[in-house]
Amino acid sequence: MEHLELFFKSIFIDNMVFATFLGMCSYLAVSKKVSTAVGLGAAVIFVMAITVPLNWLLDHYILQEGALAWLGPEYAEYDLSFLSFIMFIATIATMVQLVEIIVEKFSPSLYNSLGIFLPLIAVNCAILGGSLFMQSREIPNLGLAFNYGVSSGIGWFLAILAIAAIREKIRYSNIPPALRGLGITFIITGLMAIGFMSFGGMLTGGTEKKAKKVETVKVVKNIKANNLANNTTEIKK
Amino acid sequence: MGLLTKKDLKLVKDPLFDNNPITVQVLGICSALAITAQLKAAIVMAISVMFVLAAGNVVISLMRNIIPPKIRIIAQLVIAAALVIIVDQVLKAYSYELSKQLSVFVGLIITNCIIMGRFEAFALANTPWKSFLDGIGNAGGYGIILVIVAFFRELLGSGSLFGIKVLGDSVKKTGLYAFGYENNGFMLLAPMALITLGIIIWVQRSRNSSLIEEN
Repeated sequence: MEHLELFFKSIFIDNMVFATFLGMCSYLAVSKKVSTAVGLGAAVIFVMAITVPLNWLLDHYILQEGALAWLGPEYAEYDLSFLSFIMFIATIATMVQLVEIIVEKFSPSLYNSLGIFLPLIAVNCAILGGSLFMQSREIPNLGLAFNYGVSSGIGWFLAILAIAAIREKIRYSNIPPALRGLGITFIITGLMAIGFMSFGGMLTGGTEKKAKKVETVKVVKNIKANNLANNTTEIKK
Repeated sequence: MGLLTKKDLKLVKDPLFDNNPITVQVLGICSALAITAQLKAAIVMAISVMFVLAAGNVVISLMRNIIPPKIRIIAQLVIAAALVIIVDQVLKAYSYELSKQLSVFVGLIITNCIIMGRFEAFALANTPWKSFLDGIGNAGGYGIILVIVAFFRELLGSGSLFGIKVLGDSVKKTGLYAFGYENNGFMLLAPMALITLGIIIWVQRSRNSSLIEEN
């Protein structure tokens, strides 16, 4: 259930392109033809399925505060989370190169269809964005991280496929000259994003408010506990 | 301007309007749109990008003869990432609220296509001083678009600029609100950033017909 919820949520509600504008550069540059759009979209799914779980492991066993505890108790205090940008991007860049080499070696036909897009992907904001959102949303385990990677990739794939199909058709329409090309693509993307916003009510059916209440109660409890602790320490003094 | 020759000045001025990185070169849209609901966040973002781009351009340009061409993308990413970490730490130290608000988008400066695009297209082939000016110019062009979009979104969406209510108070019905004006909450939502940018491109291309694309 948890998996299914995350899956639909990352495809439709938190769609990479329409909700957070990630990967817009390649989304605009490579969406002139459906066939190339499919190639790039598939490559994004592929790379995200690999890098998000890898970065999850990195985050949980090296970068987070106290994550180094498995090395021994004296390492438990380290907090390397400030290094996460550089570690994530290095992982992504090397994985992209590695994937390129492996695919070229073992499946030349796949390489021919994906190959030219792989170098583009290292600088695709959606890939790094996926890892950073994975970190900031505190995805709890490796399976969910993999799920998150794949489903955000699928969301991106759907978005680029849709815009490419629209752009192929729109070539025959009579658009004001100044709006042709980039301008109209932006406006269409905006309209599509409005459409995707209507998915927002799909999952949350009223449960969100409850969750928030619980959180505030917890905070209040924490504050009380802190006050108590402070008081007791003062009394001890 | 003793330091700047005409050519140097052109490097700074060109990307501001006629060769704007966002509206003409189509670079760096990823992070540009999500943070433009408020003017303050947009300006902080523009300054951060300017720092990363100018400093990164200088560093890449100094190292342009040492970096082996095969691994240049990784080298560029690492330099950008190091500079972004500095920006992130400074933001966290001096304005924590704002850094929470920008959330992952500070980190996404690394993969901002403007950064990689200028490293690749300019800094790898030019001297440090020129690269520095190019960085300032391009980040300036990015900043201008960001500020324009944020200006309209904040003014129409929440009736304020920099968080100051310029149109009067919407609850007490003062200022414009006394005449029945209402805030357009829709401007604060993500899709309107795209449509605003589309309109900016429309205006720019109607004024400068050489930019119009062949379909």
